[in-house]
Amino acid sequence: MTNPTTSSLRPLHFKPLNGVRIVVWSLFALVLIILPLAAHSSFALTLLCLTGIAAIACMSYNMLLGQAGMLSFGHAVYTGLGTFVAIHTMNKIVGGWPLPMWLVPMVGGFAGLGFGALLGFVTTRKAGTPFSMITLGVGELVFAAALMFPEFFGGEAGINSNRTGGTGWLHDLGLTFGPQIQVYYLIAIYLFICTAAMYAFTMTPLGRIANAVRDNAERAEFIGYDTRWVRYLIVMASSFFAGIAGGLTALNVEAATADLLHGVRSGGYLLFTFLGGVGFFFGPIIGSVLLIFSLVVLSEYTKAWQLYVGIVFLIMVVYAPGGFSALLMLNLRRIKYGEWRKMRWPYAGMVFFGLIALWGIAAIVEMAYQIQVAAGSGSALTIAGIPLDASSSSSWAVAIAVMIVGGAAFEYWRRKFAKVWSDGEERIAEAIKKAEAAIV
Amino acid sequence: MSTYALELSNVTKSFGKTAIIRGVNLAVSKGERVAVIGPNGAGKSTLFNLISGRFEPTSGSIKLHGDEIIGKRPYEISRRGLARSFQITNIFSRLSVFENLRCAALYASGQKYSFWKPLSKLNELNDRTEALMASIELKRRRDVPASLLTYSEQRALEVGITIAGGGDVILLDEPTAGMSHSETDRFVHLIRTVTMGKTLLTVEHDMGVVFGLADRIAVLVYGEVIAFDTPDKVRADPKVQEAYLGAVLDAEHVPGLAGAHV
Amino acid sequence: MSVLNGVSYGLLLFMLSAGLTLIFSMMGVLNFAHASFYMLGAYFAYQVSEWTNYWVAFVVAPILVAVMGGLFERYVLRKTHKSGHVAELLVTFGLSFVILELVQLIWGRSAVDYKVPAALDGSLFKLFNSSFPEYRAFMMLVAVGMLVSLFLMLKKTRIGLVIQAALTHPETTEALGHNVPRVFAMVFAGGCALAGLAGVIGGNAFITEPGMAQAVGAIIFVVVVVGGMGSLAGALIASVLIGLMQTFAVGLDWSFLGGLSALGIDVTPDTFGYPVWKLKLSQIGPILPYLLLVVMLVVRPKGIMGTRDD
Repeated sequence: MTNPTTSSLRPLHFKPLNGVRIVVWSLFALVLIILPLAAHSSFALTLLCLTGIAAIACMSYNMLLGQAGMLSFGHAVYTGLGTFVAIHTMNKIVGGWPLPMWLVPMVGGFAGLGFGALLGFVTTRKAGTPFSMITLGVGELVFAAALMFPEFFGGEAGINSNRTGGTGWLHDLGLTFGPQIQVYYLIAIYLFICTAAMYAFTMTPLGRIANAVRDNAERAEFIGYDTRWVRYLIVMASSFFAGIAGGLTALNVEAATADLLHGVRSGGYLLFTFLGGVGFFFGPIIGSVLLIFSLVVLSEYTKAWQLYVGIVFLIMVVYAPGGFSALLMLNLRRIKYGEWRKMRWPYAGMVFFGLIALWGIAAIVEMAYQIQVAAGSGSALTIAGIPLDASSSSSWAVAIAVMIVGGAAFEYWRRKFAKVWSDGEERIAEAIKKAEAAIV
Repeated sequence: MSTYALELSNVTKSFGKTAIIRGVNLAVSKGERVAVIGPNGAGKSTLFNLISGRFEPTSGSIKLHGDEIIGKRPYEISRRGLARSFQITNIFSRLSVFENLRCAALYASGQKYSFWKPLSKLNELNDRTEALMASIELKRRRDVPASLLTYSEQRALEVGITIAGGGDVILLDEPTAGMSHSETDRFVHLIRTVTMGKTLLTVEHDMGVVFGLADRIAVLVYGEVIAFDTPDKVRADPKVQEAYLGAVLDAEHVPGLAGAHV
Repeated sequence: MSVLNGVSYGLLLFMLSAGLTLIFSMMGVLNFAHASFYMLGAYFAYQVSEWTNYWVAFVVAPILVAVMGGLFERYVLRKTHKSGHVAELLVTFGLSFVILELVQLIWGRSAVDYKVPAALDGSLFKLFNSSFPEYRAFMMLVAVGMLVSLFLMLKKTRIGLVIQAALTHPETTEALGHNVPRVFAMVFAGGCALAGLAGVIGGNAFITEPGMAQAVGAIIFVVVVVGGMGSLAGALIASVLIGLMQTFAVGLDWSFLGGLSALGIDVTPDTFGYPVWKLKLSQIGPILPYLLLVVMLVVRPKGIMGTRDD
């Protein structure tokens, strides 16, 4: 490759200390350390623990979807099996195995790796859409099989364990995992290490080739790569981290039931990883926050939370396929090029009328649910402090009117916004072109 | 001359009942530059697909440096030193220009599937990629996603990906297709520099390019090689005249043929 | 008897997988919500037959489902086309989610009382003490009728020829300029109509409840992969095969345990792998299709009639 005419200009090895990177990772660590101090209730701490675990799971899912373009419908198989193996390990520890409790998530990780090696051998025989279909089938297989082996999976009741039953000098020093805060910090440490490891993985030859296979599997074969082998390796790596998340779940909830393996859970990983955004490394972290928020908080407020999540998901796939992380980055780019100010009013208009339309939609959905699902508890309800009655036609009329008027105004502002946005896009493209021309 | 770089004997390929390649024999010596020409539908691209392992031949033998490669997967053939480009641009669309080229060089650099070493530490690989990027004149587009390049930039990247792995037998499928004349001239020059010392097979429609680039020309008509010789002899061959070249030469007046930059 | 039950269930699976295959082959889109349209068909049929009667529902419900499918294709799916197949798969995945929630919102979370019409609610004939219900026969009749008309449409009409070409040579049909959006919308709506019809006749033969889509969704994916992506004939074979497998397994309580002791090998609860040996065939019935999928992928990844290798 070295060519006499061009190699006279040796490229410089420009390696700055990379201050930005150090600052970002330090901030990440700092946030993980101080977050529980801001959490005043045990409920908030529980949320943090769940979110930390979900973050690892979603990032491991994104190794498949974002990095290698493999859309799996069966990721919960690896997190769930990780949990089961970890639970059994915990019970062995209680029974006298000399393994420290804090290593249980690693056991989950290796279980994930093992099952990834076993099941991935089948699923990765195909790429693209058939791969997705097969992961769904294998997911169903594992879930159904789990119900057939109550010896290992505990049947309907599941399997319980006790995280405080460990031994070792750390245990003697007080690391019993009795208090939830100790579990939190263990999760935080695993989260930090796993995040760093998965980030580093994206920067390695295999990580980059996964991108190449995602973009163009055929060409990857012609530059020397067995794409099936690449897929297989990626599935194994992803399952390893998924298994760690599963192991942490075992420690966190001290129980495992077969629904951990269910397709609904796999679908959840897919849905929220996508909502967070698959194009950026930190996207799945946003997704995991949304996942736990929806699963734990939103579901408290409304029975229809899955409908809202589904609708948001549909809108995002159509209008913002990059997820929330991409929206964030696009807006940061606007700020960088001094374009953001022009969008303030369209944004404000969209948010204002969007919320009004949302109220109308929510009112309709909630009233319908009130009639259908929660009929026993009467027909009165409030949406955002406004009282409604599901059995009165005037309530329905108001809700529908608000939805239509709000929706129309929203659409008006959305069109305005689209115009401002594309104008801005042109100006930015112009600016980039100029900057590029100045390089050489 | 011990073994040929690439040797095809009696290669055939049928799709269903239709025979596309009907017994091709071709022996290319090391370091030789061969242009494959022929009318549309003669099977030129199919021939490249057979050699590179995209399709499997119906019968015959294809030897790369003396080793049989029929039945091998594309990646195995690639690892043995055969690299190809595509007629329809076939690049890694979301990766930057630099990453495209680095990926293409990765396997041959010995990294294979490694995941214990960051790419940024692979100094030699990165230097070579930078140099290659400069030689295909895409340096200032270094960090642009490949999908955002202009057409001719994508064609340059296509060739860059092909040669990045250091393969010594290069197959270029219509590298200059769709380019303007001035772009073509520059591009031919580029191809010549970057493939120096390698065995080169290229499918080409532009006769200016063919006569400017090739040591020998293979004429493929209806799935058979009817002539394989130096440009002058091929041009004089009555069979070729009759079957193909006469019509093309008359129609095109072969721009820049006389002053071809050899 | 089991054979007939198996075949009728298999034909139902084929009605579903045929639509899925058609859509996939024409548009490259795996319609994850396909089974959801099947569910919609059942619920619409239930609602319409509550208001009028079964025969009106039999006609109206598939049409309603087709209209919904067409609207979805036109106003949602088409917009994601530019973002690639992953986005298209995701959007149908999201749709399956929303349909499930809407069904629960409108008809509640428990099963609805969608009955077989009285005219067909008898037994057709009796064989060895077990009777074969008339409605099963009707199901088979409808499925075969659909099969024949699908076959005729593919062979005899212009749009059928285009679809056929797309099945065998997906790239070339696009090049011919036949990927006109209208054909896409029609194929999508048509596939949904097939799913809706399957829902009409399957909903009352089995059960009409919110979980019915998920129960059958994974199975039809298995059918399509085992049959070979894009092959209608393969889908037919795989459908009937899986239908038979599942119906037979339910009736049999064979296990390795029994087999091994018949061979004179004594297996006790202490033997290694005892939980596996003691399983009865009827217990593993639900996972047989998935086991078939795994075996198929290891032995013959392209499927029974498949031509595409990956």
